[in-house]
Amino acid sequence: MTQRPLTERPLTERIDWHGHVGIDAYEAGGGYAAARRALTEMTPDEVIGLVKDANLRGRGGAGFPTGVKWGFVPQGDAAGQGPKYLVCNADEMEPGTFKDRYLMERDPHLLIEGMIIGAYAIGAGIAYVFLRGEYFESYSALDSAIRDAHERGYLGTGVFGSGFDLDLRIHSSAGRYICGEETALLNALEGKRAQPRLKPPFPPASGAWGRPTIVNNVETLCNVPCIIANGAEWYRDLGLTDDAGTKIYGVSGRVNNPGLWELPIGTTIREIVEVHAGGMQDGYTLRGILPGGASTDFLVEEHFDLPMDYGAIAAAGSRMGTGTMILMDDSVCPVDLSRNLQHFFAQESCGFCTPCREGLPWLEELLTDLEEGRGKHGDIEVLEKNGAYIGAPGNTFCLHAAGAIEPLSSALKYFRADFEAHIARGGCPYRAGARQHGGNGSR
Amino acid sequence: MAQIVVDGTTYEVEEGQNLLEAVLSHHLDLPYFCWHPAMGSVGACRQCAVVEYANEDDARGRLAMACITSVRDGMRFSIEAPHAEDFRKSVIEWLMENHPHDCPVCEEGGECHLQDMTVMTGHASRRYRGAKRTWENQYLGPFVGHEMNRCITCYRCVRFYRDYAGGTDLEAFGSRGRMYFGRAGDGVLESEFAGNLIEVCPTGVFTDRPFSKQYTRKWDLQSAPSVCPGCSVGCNIFPSERYGDLKRIHNRYHAEVNGYFLCDRGRFGSHFVNADARLRRAGVRDAEGVFEAGGPAPALDAARAALGAGRVVGIGSPRASVEANFALRTLVGEDNFCNGLSARDAELAALTLDIHAAAGARVPTISEVETADAVLVLGEDLSNTAARVALALRQTARGATFDMATSAHIPAWQDAGIRGHGQHQRSPIFIASVLPTRIDDIARNTLRATPADIARAGFAVAHVIDPDFADAATDHAAFVEQAAAALAQAERPLIVTGAGCADAGVLQAAANIAWALQARGGDPALLIASGEANTMGVAAIPAGLSMDAALEAASSGAADTLVILENDLFRRADAERVTAALEAAGQVIVLDALETPTAEAATVALPAATYAESTGTFVNYEGRAQRFYRVFEPADEIAPSWEWIARMADAAGRNDCTWESTDAVLQACARAVPALSGIAAVAPAADYRVEAEKKIPRQPHRYSGRTAMRADVNIHEPKTTIDTETPLSYSMEGENTGGQSGAVVPYVWTPGWNSNQSVFKFQQEVGGPLRGGDPGVRLFDGGAVGDDLAARFREAPDAFSANGGYRLIPTQALFGSEELSARSWPILERRPAPCLVLHPEDAAAVGVEVGSGIMSPRLASSFAVRTHERMTRGSAAVVVGYAEAPGPLPADPVNLVPDPGFVEIAGDPNVIARG
Repeated sequence: MTQRPLTERPLTERIDWHGHVGIDAYEAGGGYAAARRALTEMTPDEVIGLVKDANLRGRGGAGFPTGVKWGFVPQGDAAGQGPKYLVCNADEMEPGTFKDRYLMERDPHLLIEGMIIGAYAIGAGIAYVFLRGEYFESYSALDSAIRDAHERGYLGTGVFGSGFDLDLRIHSSAGRYICGEETALLNALEGKRAQPRLKPPFPPASGAWGRPTIVNNVETLCNVPCIIANGAEWYRDLGLTDDAGTKIYGVSGRVNNPGLWELPIGTTIREIVEVHAGGMQDGYTLRGILPGGASTDFLVEEHFDLPMDYGAIAAAGSRMGTGTMILMDDSVCPVDLSRNLQHFFAQESCGFCTPCREGLPWLEELLTDLEEGRGKHGDIEVLEKNGAYIGAPGNTFCLHAAGAIEPLSSALKYFRADFEAHIARGGCPYRAGARQHGGNGSR
Repeated sequence: MAQIVVDGTTYEVEEGQNLLEAVLSHHLDLPYFCWHPAMGSVGACRQCAVVEYANEDDARGRLAMACITSVRDGMRFSIEAPHAEDFRKSVIEWLMENHPHDCPVCEEGGECHLQDMTVMTGHASRRYRGAKRTWENQYLGPFVGHEMNRCITCYRCVRFYRDYAGGTDLEAFGSRGRMYFGRAGDGVLESEFAGNLIEVCPTGVFTDRPFSKQYTRKWDLQSAPSVCPGCSVGCNIFPSERYGDLKRIHNRYHAEVNGYFLCDRGRFGSHFVNADARLRRAGVRDAEGVFEAGGPAPALDAARAALGAGRVVGIGSPRASVEANFALRTLVGEDNFCNGLSARDAELAALTLDIHAAAGARVPTISEVETADAVLVLGEDLSNTAARVALALRQTARGATFDMATSAHIPAWQDAGIRGHGQHQRSPIFIASVLPTRIDDIARNTLRATPADIARAGFAVAHVIDPDFADAATDHAAFVEQAAAALAQAERPLIVTGAGCADAGVLQAAANIAWALQARGGDPALLIASGEANTMGVAAIPAGLSMDAALEAASSGAADTLVILENDLFRRADAERVTAALEAAGQVIVLDALETPTAEAATVALPAATYAESTGTFVNYEGRAQRFYRVFEPADEIAPSWEWIARMADAAGRNDCTWESTDAVLQACARAVPALSGIAAVAPAADYRVEAEKKIPRQPHRYSGRTAMRADVNIHEPKTTIDTETPLSYSMEGENTGGQSGAVVPYVWTPGWNSNQSVFKFQQEVGGPLRGGDPGVRLFDGGAVGDDLAARFREAPDAFSANGGYRLIPTQALFGSEELSARSWPILERRPAPCLVLHPEDAAAVGVEVGSGIMSPRLASSFAVRTHERMTRGSAAVVVGYAEAPGPLPADPVNLVPDPGFVEIAGDPNVIARG
């Protein structure tokens, strides 16, 4: 058995070497050894214990400890009659986020191996990759990788010669942002409307088709093999702060080198932007970032030296989310950006609960009015109050609207003068002033 | 029980209940939309927000949605906290962004839950500046109108239609702020419960189309507590009147019978009250056979003469009240009284009473049906004969998922969670019927056979459960074994059967199964759908003559006069025999509300009041006597039948029919008929008062236009009719607070709650009995204790045989088979074509194909051919109750031949899509 080299980039190192990683290259680099070990040498409880110990937290945005989640799944007789399910949430639709796609297109076996281990840990005989419909390339990469894994006996009956069977399938989604919400995802998987479910029951108790189900993000599952291979302590040591492991950080916006990088978790925002993304393009000044996708609060200059981890970003009033940040420079009108985001979130509302379904379009309407010179005194207050009602978790059925409000309420906090100027000047100052920014304005 | 504090007051509530239901049960005001008492919580509208406090020291609290908050002992909430009030106002503001401001022209206005909640939250001015979304509406059939622009996306319609009633052709389409609730395309809503959408929708998206055509505001409607005349279930209804027309039917909540829902026969079947074919004037046929509507005086004179000369035979009716039937029996005497049931129906009704009188099987209420954990439906096509029971069985089927939810700690009110967790798990339900039924989708297994073979399978089930019961050889061993095992294992097994397929063996088999379960220590329930609204009531009145004997008496000359009460005899017996009897009788006195073939043969016709214009009592399948009250004073010469009988008797110089009120007739009946002795307590007496000697008004206090509504006829305001018969008044004065007896609640309304949602203020608790008690009195419940061996049926009927011909089996259509509702115009639009169903090979043997015509010398007319491959060879199912086959079908095999000249009569293809 080839020993996996100790690396600081367990998720992406093979991609750096090979570009697209096939099954031979994957195995040559130590791939599937972790799954083989887990299935042949460890009990499910030991796997769960190790993942807990490693302090792996969900990379989809919420940061829930993965091992703890797995531990909620009833085992043995307590699980009752019928299958259990592992579902990989690959419905990557967060604006500005493209990390899962990168992993699936380039190194699909890493995800498959993570899913084999995860399914074994929770006793799931059936696993689904719930894949964003537009991810054609991910689909074909995963599809052929699943075939290859089947051929070698890593999927199907008696995986690695153990008594464990796993049927892994890809479900290509019809495509809604809300399918990123795990219970809406499960409804969609069952062929129902993609509306979130009321909790409890939570999926580990009653998920797909009413059976115990774990839903994990792609990147989360991709972290599992290296934990099994190298141990919890090694994994924890990868992080620079209290959080463990590496994180795929991404940057989009007017930087010199947009892209994504696997870095130790806890790397500072400034290092990600200035070192890895190459800093801002000439003539643009960074005003704010959405640290973890469109549904997170703005952070501004005062926060740029914070480490990008779950705790520090939360303490600053935002969320690390997916860790793929959107940068807003000084050519971008914060009101127009907010309008654009509210348009997206209103579009993607599932239509189930009132504040989200009816509230978000109103916010979009108000922001459009501001942008187009129809703003009135009092509009900002209406935005704020509605935002506060719509955005408070618990006021809406799921967290979609709360996520929608995060960039708006923080924009109102940090860029309020811009909003006021839209009313005072009867329109968007950035449209008239676009020339000041080298003709490369926001429109 | 748990104690919670709401706005400083402590309330006793049920632990684990949702907070919304808890506070509504204490009659507090808390706005809501998506929650429904019968459908639980889903948390969609966010309207019922309250502030929940962590503990006594928590002054801020946090917003919580009451409908999805489980209450635990010691919890503290505020409905009135400014934060909660403001949030609820915001929810209305969001909902009103797109809601049209068309209240003045909207049918829902004045009884709109959205209107009420808007006022209650205080949202009064519009800040949203955007355009309102608009939609195209759909044609959904003759019953339900559609106006999507009014939709507030509460999801109640699809939850009722799909989840609760099992419909498939209404869906939630689209997403985000563009949700559409309708069908995939224009077309008739298929569910026979679609009419409930009208009441389930909290605003005016789904409206009552027949009502819209003759619209009146709710506050201008005069209503009374009543009972549906459509079938033997006896659903409680509120019929409403204006300008002398019956305008509409709304559900009248009864915890144990219909709950919150009616079937569409009940909701749309009452427009016969306004029919052109109403008998409005009394009349006499002269010696030349010319009928003259000369008014009561000559008619009563003719009746006097007839009653004084020779033997008088009276024929009652299962669609007339107990009072009317008893009055007739008093007039003619028991020996000369026939209960008006066909020979077969009389046999089945008597058998039903015998079975229920024997020990061993409880007669379940509808609410008990829903709690059964295994069900066998034997022979009855419930969706077409007792549709409300079929709707209940859909809830019964979900029982298994509730059990699963309990062990998964999902509260019983968490509707979506239970459905998601339980998925397709169903409690065991087995259905044996002649043709496919509309609830086959909830059945674990189905059996298709002739009534005789269904009966034999039923005997076999009883025998498997307890070998002491008679066995019968059957081809359906697997079904028998499965059904017997499921029933034997169940804690609350239920057997459902009925008079629908007109087979005594089926009833006997059902009874045997129940008794076998009881003999094995079980606690079975047995529901026998008895046919018509008052079949049980009229069957309980001892009668000296059968239908055959009554007709024979007339045709043979043994009787000189026939008095026929609200009955079309052509529906009860062979047409030739009826014609012979009517022609031979010296005088035929017919009391009826509608022109019927029998009324056409009358020598004296007396215009009878319908159920909506009279007060009376029906006895339903479960032996529940229920009072229906006159909604409005009948026009012209129309009078209740018992009154006509009293007037005839008076004219004839009799002194034994001197009742002055419905109650007087009923009390006399209770004294004279031991089986009905309990009926005296059916409703409060005329002198019943609740508070301050006030009567109970049939009109809401906002009733308008009383001085003007007859101005086109007479500028003088008519005097208010004084109701001396009942505690109700034809007035807006008085009190309808819900504190009175549940039998005399004429409508539901409380301040701030103008829609039907106000019913919770009339309930002891949400979903519980009415504050003044649920109406009606049970005359039998099958609850006798012991093992009544003597009652067991010892011998199964013979197996089916057609002897080379075709045996005709009656089958029913919900829209069309029942006499009165079939004369209600909206129902007529949904009537299926008259048809006859054969096995495809039998059709080929006869030389007919689907859609072509088929006839028999023994049938009055031809039928369209349908085929079904699970029909037994040699049997033919015929939709009965139509003009094409009004009466009992021939019992012996008949010949069938093609009718080349047949032109199919159009009918709604959705209803019986058979073959």
